[in-house]
Amino acid sequence: MIRTPLRPLARILDARQKGENPDAIERENIRLRHEEMRDRARRRAEGRLLVLGLAFFCAFSVIGARMGHLAASEPAEPRASAAGAAIIAQRADIVDRRGRVLATNLDTYSLYAQPPQMIEPARAARELAQIFPDLNESDLLEDFTGKRKFLWIKKKLSPEQKQAVHDIGEPGLLFGPREMRLYPNGKLAAHILGGASFGREGVHAAEVIGVAGIEKQYDELLRDAARGGQPLELSLDLSVQAAAERVLHGGMRLMNAKGAAAVLMDVHTGEVISLVSLPDFDPNDRPRAPTEGNPSDSPLFNRAVQGVYELGSTFKIFAVAQAMELGLINPSTVIDTKGPLRWGKHRIRDFRNYGPELSATKVIVKSSNIGTARIAQMIGEERQQDFLRSIGMFEPTPLEIVEAAGGRPLLPPNWSELSTMTVSYGHGMSATPLHLAAGYAAIANGGMYVAPTVIKQDRPQYGPRVLSPDVAEASRQMLRKVVTEGTASFGDVPGYAVAGKTGTADKPKERGGGYYEDKVIATFASMFPAHDPKYVLVVTLDEPVETSGDEPRRTAGWTAVPVAAEMIRRVAPLLGLWPEIEPGNLADITLTSSE
Amino acid sequence: MTEMVYGAVPVRDGEPVLPKWWRTVDKWTMSCILILFGIGMLLALAASPPLAAKNGFDAFHYVERQAFFGGLALAAMLITSMMSPTLVRRLAVLGFVVAFVGMALLPFFGTDFGKGAVRWYSLGFAALQPSEFLKPGFVVAAAWMMAAAQDIHGPPGRLWSFGMTLVIVAMLVGQPDFGQAALVLFGWGVMWFVAGAPMLLLLVMAAGVVFVGTLAYNSSEHFARRIDGFLSPDVDPTTQLGYATNAIREGGFFGVGVGEGQVKWSLPDAHTDFIIAVAAEEYGLILVLVIISLYMGVVVRSLLRLMHERDPFIRLAGTGLAAMFGVQAMINMGVAVRLLPAKGMTLPFVSYGGSSLIAGGIAVGMLLAFTRTRPQGEIGDILRGGRGR
Repeated sequence: MIRTPLRPLARILDARQKGENPDAIERENIRLRHEEMRDRARRRAEGRLLVLGLAFFCAFSVIGARMGHLAASEPAEPRASAAGAAIIAQRADIVDRRGRVLATNLDTYSLYAQPPQMIEPARAARELAQIFPDLNESDLLEDFTGKRKFLWIKKKLSPEQKQAVHDIGEPGLLFGPREMRLYPNGKLAAHILGGASFGREGVHAAEVIGVAGIEKQYDELLRDAARGGQPLELSLDLSVQAAAERVLHGGMRLMNAKGAAAVLMDVHTGEVISLVSLPDFDPNDRPRAPTEGNPSDSPLFNRAVQGVYELGSTFKIFAVAQAMELGLINPSTVIDTKGPLRWGKHRIRDFRNYGPELSATKVIVKSSNIGTARIAQMIGEERQQDFLRSIGMFEPTPLEIVEAAGGRPLLPPNWSELSTMTVSYGHGMSATPLHLAAGYAAIANGGMYVAPTVIKQDRPQYGPRVLSPDVAEASRQMLRKVVTEGTASFGDVPGYAVAGKTGTADKPKERGGGYYEDKVIATFASMFPAHDPKYVLVVTLDEPVETSGDEPRRTAGWTAVPVAAEMIRRVAPLLGLWPEIEPGNLADITLTSSE
Repeated sequence: MTEMVYGAVPVRDGEPVLPKWWRTVDKWTMSCILILFGIGMLLALAASPPLAAKNGFDAFHYVERQAFFGGLALAAMLITSMMSPTLVRRLAVLGFVVAFVGMALLPFFGTDFGKGAVRWYSLGFAALQPSEFLKPGFVVAAAWMMAAAQDIHGPPGRLWSFGMTLVIVAMLVGQPDFGQAALVLFGWGVMWFVAGAPMLLLLVMAAGVVFVGTLAYNSSEHFARRIDGFLSPDVDPTTQLGYATNAIREGGFFGVGVGEGQVKWSLPDAHTDFIIAVAAEEYGLILVLVIISLYMGVVVRSLLRLMHERDPFIRLAGTGLAAMFGVQAMINMGVAVRLLPAKGMTLPFVSYGGSSLIAGGIAVGMLLAFTRTRPQGEIGDILRGGRGR
C-alpha cells in the first residue's frame, strides 16, 4: 500500500512559494487518511456485526428449540431424588467362612435442620433436647436462631427417634436417608472388622468408608459397584471366634492379666479361623483413639497382630529344628547344659539347674536356655537369620487388615553371637503372636511356610519349604513330649493330643534399662492333633499372675497353658475334629488281672 | 421574510422534533419493546398475587407498582429516544459518573435486604440498584473512548476503557454480583470485537478460557461437582430449577390456562428470575416463542441497522446496548431451560422490578436514539463514484 506522507515535501515547498499555509495540506491529508481508515473500520464492523447478529439469532433459536423440546416432554413428579454426583452408598457385606453375616448395612435416617424454614425454633430446640439427652437446648437454639442456614443434628436415628422428631411437626427439621454399617455380632471379631464411618455426606446419601481393619484394607473392593454386592468371605468361623473369646476372656480374668491374645490358624491353608485380642471394643460404636497413655493399652490395639513381644522359650523349637535340619544334632544328641553359660560379661542361666547335660529332646522338654544357646552357637548368626527370615519373622505379617503393617518385629540392631544365643530362646527379638503361629504352622504342616490370611481359601498353600518332613515330624514329637512330660502338662486335652511349647518372658521396661522382675508375657504355642496337626493355637497373656498357690506363679505353664487347653477343649469339636478314642492303659489292666 | 433575513425570528433547524422522531425512529424495535412491556404486565397479573399474599398486600399490589414503574420507564424511553446522539452521550457519561460514585458508596450507605449482597440503596418506597443505571452509562462511556481511539492522534481509548471495565467488574464482584460483572465484561468484549479486535488475540483468549476452565474442573472438586450437576441430564425436582423445568413441561404447547398455573406458588422468584416458567405454564410454548422472537427482533434488527452506521461511536454504543439487552434475556431464559448454569438475572422489561425497569427503559431509549435513521453520506458515495460501497 502506498501511503502519502502527511507533509509531502514537494507540496509543502510549492505551497510556501505560493504563500499558502502548509498546515492546510497536512490537515487535508489527515482528513483523507481518516476517511480511508473509517471506511476500512466500517467494512470490518459490518462483517462483525453480521456475525454477532447471526450468533444472537442462533442462540435465541437454540433456547426456543430447547423450550419446545421441554414443552413436548412429560412432566415429572416433584419427588426428592439425588442430583449431580450421587454418593454411592452400597457397601458389600462381610461374612464368615460359613456365610454368617459379620457386617452389613442398615437403612436409617440422619437428622438435619434448615433454620430459615423453622416456625418455632425455641420449641424445636426444647423437644429435640428431650428426645436426645446428649443435645443441649441452648446450643440448639443458638444454632437455630443464628445465621446458619443448614446444620446436621444427628448422623443416625433409630425408627423410634425418627418418629419422635417427626411428631414435633417442625418443617425446618428434615431427614436424610442413610445407610449405616451394622455389625450384628457386636464385639465379636472387632479387631478384624475394624469399623466404618461416614465419608462425604450429602442430604440424600452419605458415603460409608472403612476406618480400620479389613473394612479399611478392602474399602475399594467393598464399595466397588461392579461386584454386584457380592459379600466378602472371611476365613473366620463365627462360632469358634465366639468360643475363643469367651474362654480367653475368662482366662484373662482368672489369671489377673491386663490383656490377652489368641490366634487359631489352619496349618495347611494359612486361614486364621479365630483371632482374639482383649480388651476389645464394639465396632458399631468405635471408641476414639486414645490421646494419652500407652496406645498399646487401648482396646483398639490388636495385640495378636500389632503387639510385638519377646515370646520367650516358644522360640527354642526353631533353633532345635534348624539344627536337626542342618544335620548338626538329632533328638538324642547330648548337649552340654552346665551353667551358667558365660559369654563376655553376660551369663545365661536356666530357670532351674537341669544338670550338666541333656539330650536335645530334653532341652526342649525342660526348656533349657543354656542348651538352646549352645545349639544356636553351632548354627551361627547367618544361618539362624536365614531361617527366621524364611518363616516370616523379619517382616510384618501379610494379614489383610491395615493394622498388620504396624506389627513389624523388633530385631537386635547388630546381630552378634550373643544375639544369636538369646534369640534362640526368644529374648532380644520381639514378634507378634501371629508371627509365632505362622512359624509353628510350618512345623505342623510338614515343613512349609504358610502366610496367614483372613480371606477364605479353597485350597492349601504350598509355600516355600523350610524344613524337611522328617525334621518337622521329629520336632512335633518333641513338642508333644513338652505336654506329656514337660512344662505344659496342663495342656493335655484328652482325645486331642496337644503338642506345644511354653514361653515366659520378662517384660522389658518401657523406658529401657533392663526387665521387670514381676511382669511377664506368658505364651503357649500349640498344635493339635500332634500326629497330624490341623490347627495351630497361640495364646498370649499380658502380665498374668496365678495366685492359687502359696506364692504367685507367673510361668506360662501355670497361666497360658490351662487357658489354651480349655480353649482347645471347647473349640476342637466346633472345628469338626473327632476326639480320638485312646486305648485303655494296658499295663494297668494287666496289673489288675494279675492281682 | 425580513425578520428571517436579519435573524430576528430564529430559524428552525429542519423539521419539528416529534415528526422527525416519528419519521426516523425504528418503529419495529419500539413495537417489540412495547409488546414486551405488555406481556410483562400480563405476567405480573399471573405471577405476583402469591408474592402479594405472602407479604400481606392486596392481590394486585405488585401489578399496580409494575404499571407505575413501567409507565415511568416508557416515558424515560421515549424522552431518551428523542435526544440526539451527542446529547445522549453527554447525559449518559454524566449519569455514568453519578452511578459510579453511587456504587462506590454502597459499602457505606447501601443495604443488603437480608440477601447477603450489598447492592441497593433503600429509598423507603423503593430500592435503587446503582449498577442497573451504571450499565448503559458504562456502555456509552466505553464506546466513546473506543471511538476516540480510532482517530489519528487520538487517546489510547481501548486501554482506558478496559481499565475502567476491570475496576467496575472488581466492584461488582466485591458486592458480590457475579451476574452483572459478567454482563459488563461481556458488553465491553462485544464492543471491542466490533471496534476491530485482532482475530489472533481473540483466539488466544478463547484458548486461554478453555485451558483455565479445564484446569479448574480438574483441580477443584467443588467446581467439578457444580459443572457435573449442570451437565447431568436429570434435575432434582425439588429445587427452583426443577420446579421451573416442570412448569415448562406442564404448560406444553398451549398452556394450562390463564390463572391455572401452580409454579408461581412454589417458586419464591417466580415474578423475577423465573417469570418465563410462569409464562410457559399458563400460556404454553406459544407465548414463550413470541417472547423469544421479540427479544431476537430487538437485538438482531438493531444490529442490522447499526451495520449501516458510519459514526464509530454510535455503532459501538448501539452494539453494546443491544448485546447487553439480548444477553440478559438469553441468560434468564437459558437458565430456566438448563442450557446455562443457575444464575439469577431478570428478564428485561418482563420481570417485575422498580428501578431496574426505569434503568432498562433508559437503556432501550438510548438504543432507539442510536438506531434512528440518519443521513449516512450515501450522496457522497454516489458522487465519489461508489467508493467504499
